[in-house]
Amino acid sequence: MLLVLLVVVVLNFLMLHLAPGDIADTIAQTMGGADEQDMAELRKQYGLDQPFFIQLFNYVVRVALLDFGHSHFYNLPVFDLIMERFPATLLLVFSAQILSLFVGILLGVYAAQNPNGLSSLFVNMFSLFGYAAPVFWTGILLLIAFSLHIPIFPVSGMRDITIESGNFFVHFFDVLRHLFLPMITLASIFFAYYSRLCRASMLEVLGADFVRTAKAKGLSKKDVLLKHALKNSLSPVITFAGLSFSAVVSGAILVETVYSWPGLGTLAFNSIISRDTPVLLGILIFSTLMVTVGNLLTDLTLKALDPRIKI
Amino acid sequence: MEDLVSINNLNIEARTRAGTLKVVNDLSFTIKKSETLCVVGESGCGKSVTALSLMSLLPEGILKVSSGDILFDNTNLAQLSEAELEGIRGNDISMIFQEPMTSLNPLFTVGEQVSEVIRRHKNLNKEKAWVSAVELLDAVKIPNPDKRAFDYPFQLSGGQRQRVMIAIALACQPKILIADEPTTALDVTIQAEILALINMLKQETGTAVMFITHDMAVVAQMADRVVVMHPGKKVEEGTVHEIFNNPQHEYTRSLLAAVPKLGEMASKKYPEPMRLVGEKKAKALKPIVGTNEPLLKVNNLVTRYPVKGGVFRRTVARVHAVEDVSFTIMKGKTLSLVGESGCGKSTVGRSLIRLVEPTSGDVNLDGQNILSLNPKDMREARSNIQMVFQDPFSSLNPQRPLFDQVAEPLRNYGTVKREVLQDKIGDLFDRVKLPRSFMQRYPHQLSGGQRQRIAIARALALNPKLIIADEAVSALDVSVQAQVLNLMMELQVDLGLSFLFISHDMAVVERVSHDVGVMYLGRLVEIGPRPSIFRNPQHPYTQDLLKAVPIADPDKRKLERDLNFKPLPSPIHHLTHDPTPSEYKEVAKDHYVLTTDCGY
Repeated sequence: MLLVLLVVVVLNFLMLHLAPGDIADTIAQTMGGADEQDMAELRKQYGLDQPFFIQLFNYVVRVALLDFGHSHFYNLPVFDLIMERFPATLLLVFSAQILSLFVGILLGVYAAQNPNGLSSLFVNMFSLFGYAAPVFWTGILLLIAFSLHIPIFPVSGMRDITIESGNFFVHFFDVLRHLFLPMITLASIFFAYYSRLCRASMLEVLGADFVRTAKAKGLSKKDVLLKHALKNSLSPVITFAGLSFSAVVSGAILVETVYSWPGLGTLAFNSIISRDTPVLLGILIFSTLMVTVGNLLTDLTLKALDPRIKI
Repeated sequence: MEDLVSINNLNIEARTRAGTLKVVNDLSFTIKKSETLCVVGESGCGKSVTALSLMSLLPEGILKVSSGDILFDNTNLAQLSEAELEGIRGNDISMIFQEPMTSLNPLFTVGEQVSEVIRRHKNLNKEKAWVSAVELLDAVKIPNPDKRAFDYPFQLSGGQRQRVMIAIALACQPKILIADEPTTALDVTIQAEILALINMLKQETGTAVMFITHDMAVVAQMADRVVVMHPGKKVEEGTVHEIFNNPQHEYTRSLLAAVPKLGEMASKKYPEPMRLVGEKKAKALKPIVGTNEPLLKVNNLVTRYPVKGGVFRRTVARVHAVEDVSFTIMKGKTLSLVGESGCGKSTVGRSLIRLVEPTSGDVNLDGQNILSLNPKDMREARSNIQMVFQDPFSSLNPQRPLFDQVAEPLRNYGTVKREVLQDKIGDLFDRVKLPRSFMQRYPHQLSGGQRQRIAIARALALNPKLIIADEAVSALDVSVQAQVLNLMMELQVDLGLSFLFISHDMAVVERVSHDVGVMYLGRLVEIGPRPSIFRNPQHPYTQDLLKAVPIADPDKRKLERDLNFKPLPSPIHHLTHDPTPSEYKEVAKDHYVLTTDCGY
């Protein structure tokens, strides 16, 4: 896991290094031009005159010390900038992931009980919609619906700045209300995958010998389904959830933009527009961190689920 | 005595694409309290379906009771609600299944799985249920039950898993235990132990047993009464002595006649074809004399697998799968290797053609040292040795027509020109007695026996000198098994083939082999001419192995106390472990017994 992070950091540096121009150019550009002497000074100031490997080493050390450089657009250290936005994205990504897993598994189990019945058809249609609809389109539709027709959920931002109460719970519910639409939008793509996967895996498990044994023990339908069958059919779903974690993170960028959610996504969007490279690279490292932690969590969950798995 | 179960005019239908099919036809029988009723018949005769209908567990939408009724303890099961049935299942009627490997939930400890059924029916709290689960595991003779209760199924052997299934089934002192082929997937020694265990527990608890099997020898061991089924119908019913001593129906008689009896070949020098169900006399075949010219000489073969562990996946120990094994196969003869699963017999077969790389030793095929060949020459040499594997369902590619699969070795080696390929494949299909029209079919359109014929045709394609048959008939029905074995013997007569026949079935081995080698824990403990081994087994392991084979005679039952198998020790040893070489003593002509300590 640390290795993955190191590799990403090095690749990051290479991208930075191989791209035409350097920070000095960028700064000079924003200053409105500079002569040769100023450029050399700038390069010296940023350590760009040193050999490649020394620069690489310095970069890795700086990243390890959580110094991602300085954003010239916001004129703030990148790390502070990211830390300000990171919790919002974390909240969105994890809540969407958990919601889509929960709904997906629920629908999958429901559909698997009667694979050729009406309920199964309904679940299939529902997931087909989830697959097919682009997330920004779903987002905008929900946005229109909830801003114009049923204005019960706020459609942008994360907090209502007009609230003056100091009570923690008031703020908590305010954030939840704001979270609702972005979370549903982001979850809509993934519960489709999870429900289909869970349905298929449940169907397979329901035909297994040990399910017959569970029935022969006289267990109720609920116990057979939710205790014996579900636990066995979860591992493909969890595995896929881990793999798709990076897709959820990238999906979050779109969703955040649609709903002006103050997370890393909007920050990334703005930095692309303003060519704020240090911020972009910082975000890249952070999302790598999120994805690796997500994968680690997946492995640990699988291990907890199945005693045969060794890490 | 009072009837516990009475099945009256039962009809069960299967819904298929081609319409409804009657799988059980007007079946009636009763089971009395505390008796063992064996239901015997070949696969597809409806015996398992009948058992499932007694549990009210027929798969929905596929099988349906169309008429007739099942009375259990004077209640009609069809009139009970699902909740009432759940109260009976696992409590009054319980069941153990054929496949112990998959019948337990892999994600719960065995203790949880046993205590679950107790909590469900006996209303005990968690702690008390656990305590009685451990007692039950002890009753089915799981060693250290208080510790093993925390094990997951994958940590237990097949025999132990079946014991756990029995513990689950007997947890609530059921009135009847249904055992559906509970020992078919197990080794002969484990089978003997499980049968003795069921008999012992039955006597202790007084539960009735409905025992389903295809094996007449098992019937003789277990039954008080017998019901014989032949496609969907009962053809005969009677006490075990009536059925064995005075069978009335033609089918029962032919079933009994086809049972290979251990020891019946003792006076015969050469292998003989199997008797087929429905044919009074075995088909005559020229005696399979063979030659005394060695084809394959194996000297001091050792195969060890590394066990990887630790952060850097280093080798931390080794599995001693094959340990100093030597034997010779003569041209035109069959050598059988027998032993329990895990004894290394399959690894020997795989080592010979270097599917696994042996650690040391010599393998000499017709003057060529196989183990020293480079990859290119090895490829050539492999055309002389071909394999037939155990599972005909997974050893053929499901997505290629049979013609291509049989032709593949020929195309691989480029030995046959394209124009004559069609004829050559046609000849091979004729050889294994499959119609040439099958060439463009796919494996799923064939039965198990037909698939195994294709596997044999594929092995024959390159005119090999030696065929290694690794449990090649173990997955087949008894009558199909006999047909495939007879085909193999015919080919031996016609083509002068040699076979290395790897099997755990002593009765089959006795019929087909010239020579027999018995393996235990990687070592060949005894080897020699078949009559000598079967008549005069010298090694204690061979003696016990032969003793474990059930005899098709209700007067010769084996009791728990007759059996004293030791659990198989682990073949995993530390890297520094250096086993002593195998030493043999010649007890009769060409009959050798291991004198080195093999752990038995």
